Amino acid sequence: MSASSSVVAPAAPPQPARRRGGALRRFARHKLAVFGAGIILFLTLACAIGPYLLPFTDTYIDIMQRFAPPFSGAHVLGTDALGRDMLARLLMAGRISLLVGFSAMAISMVIGITVGIVSGYYGGVLGTVLMRFVDAMLCFPSIFLLLAISALINASVSSIIILIAVTSWMEVARIVEAQIRALRARDFAVAAEALGASDRRVMFRELLPNAIAPIVVAATLNVAHAILAESYISFLGYGIQPPTPSWGNMLDSAQSYLTSAPWLAILPGAAITLAVTSFNFIGDGLRDALDPRMDGR
Amino acid sequence: MSSYVIRRLLQGAGLLLLVSMIGFAILHLAPGGPLSQFAAGGDMTQEDLDRVAEQLGLNRPLPIQYLDWLWRMLQGDWGVSYRDQQPVLSVIGSHLGATLELMLTSTLLAMAIGAWVGILGAIRRYSLFDGLATIGAMIALSIPTFWFGLVVIYVFSVGLEWLPSGNRYTIGDESLANRIHHLIGPCMVLALVSTAVWSRYMRSSMLDVIHQDYIRTARSKGIPERRILIHHAVRNALLPMITITGLHLPTLLSGALVTETVFTWPGMGRLFLDSINYRDYPVVMGILMFTAVLVLLGSLLADLLYHVADPRLGANPT
Repeated sequence: MSASSSVVAPAAPPQPARRRGGALRRFARHKLAVFGAGIILFLTLACAIGPYLLPFTDTYIDIMQRFAPPFSGAHVLGTDALGRDMLARLLMAGRISLLVGFSAMAISMVIGITVGIVSGYYGGVLGTVLMRFVDAMLCFPSIFLLLAISALINASVSSIIILIAVTSWMEVARIVEAQIRALRARDFAVAAEALGASDRRVMFRELLPNAIAPIVVAATLNVAHAILAESYISFLGYGIQPPTPSWGNMLDSAQSYLTSAPWLAILPGAAITLAVTSFNFIGDGLRDALDPRMDGR
Repeated sequence: MSSYVIRRLLQGAGLLLLVSMIGFAILHLAPGGPLSQFAAGGDMTQEDLDRVAEQLGLNRPLPIQYLDWLWRMLQGDWGVSYRDQQPVLSVIGSHLGATLELMLTSTLLAMAIGAWVGILGAIRRYSLFDGLATIGAMIALSIPTFWFGLVVIYVFSVGLEWLPSGNRYTIGDESLANRIHHLIGPCMVLALVSTAVWSRYMRSSMLDVIHQDYIRTARSKGIPERRILIHHAVRNALLPMITITGLHLPTLLSGALVTETVFTWPGMGRLFLDSINYRDYPVVMGILMFTAVLVLLGSLLADLLYHVADPRLGANPT
């Protein structure tokens, strides 16, 4: 998680806007990114519609059918320790995990962009204090920070979303701060200020749109990060609580059944890996598409 | 050079102060607080709890508690564990070896494989190998570490019965061979993400280097390609990796916590999780501070080593 956030490439120097034409075409040339986008589309649709098409609900307990292996009977992907249908649970869990991923990303982007734009634009004492706070937060390894906070709050879907958001906005703040600081000395920003535009107008209407490319890439990678983070804390027992299924907490008890029912561990893990890989591919493709000078590095 | 080191150390100390405030605030402002563990047992009446709070100094204003904790910590007294009354530093110390052993071996493994994959990928850019390595690294970065741990246990412990499924050694057999046998699984799991990170950065660094003028000069002098790659390119491409290794430390620590949990490895990460479960605040706070110090020292050392290793930057970094 931790993992994916650490490989965000150093932010490219800001570029003026007005060269978006062709970005979509460059994205489409990036086969893995298109593949990733397709997978995410498919997963989202499956999780949204799938549960209505299945003969079982994710909470229906059929104790006589427990530990049915995949592809063996009525249950396509088998059943879990309580005889609940694995496919139905995977799809419902996917709703939660994707919801957590997107919502946590949205909140962390709002925090990160706000902190970054304020400290980049005003600089001075305020900027220094904010950025040192970012540095200090980044001194904690992410899982340690997540666990320290998560053990102390009541775990619900919304509190987990906020928890992940407040521990994953720092990289975005750094990226935005660097961009804004570089952009605000440029002619167009100086001109806007000279024309008497308000601070807020300069920040959000002039500077931010020009820094959008690295922000979009960071947002995509943040979804991947949030899905992973949810799975980690749920696996460690502090995330989404049963009976609400998430891909992470489906794995929580899977370790005990590794010998007798390995599919309990393999299926949710494969779902997480598929979703996170797809978001990382999309992020990679967006980076190439929005910043052609990177040249595939 | 020394003035630079001193400035960095002072900056680091300031940052640590901020880190300690954040950590302290997180643990003490949360509902429940350190007393919740004692309250949950049910053995104590409200009167007892009040007395415990008094004795542990938990009824004082938070800033006072913080300053008291800070003052003691600076003198080397990190408090005692709520669980077994052991000094926090010795509790951390007794778990540190296992974590460092795991982190060090997996870093070496990741460097060896990652550097090789990255170099080869850069030399044969856009080849089949490069493509597969890119996709492989992306997937490796996306696999939840604990799940990869479960897969390794399933394949190598349950299926093939080659590796033990946990612990640092078999009880009663602390021989080196037995320890190494137990280390293979967790080392492999922890190295996965680091290997991917190394291969990506190594490839990128190598690509930067092999387009430099001095490589072209070396070629035009007729030096054999192999010698150019090893003596001129790889040596220079490895330099930025010092920084990467330092920056990667927080991720590595997070990975270690998860790996230790899956493999019941008696390290600092597992200790942290256990302490969280027990609401053992002094130990939780101690480990948070300890990891922050490690992370800061890691980045400082990486910067210094980088300057020492690369004479082009001069001996006096600013």
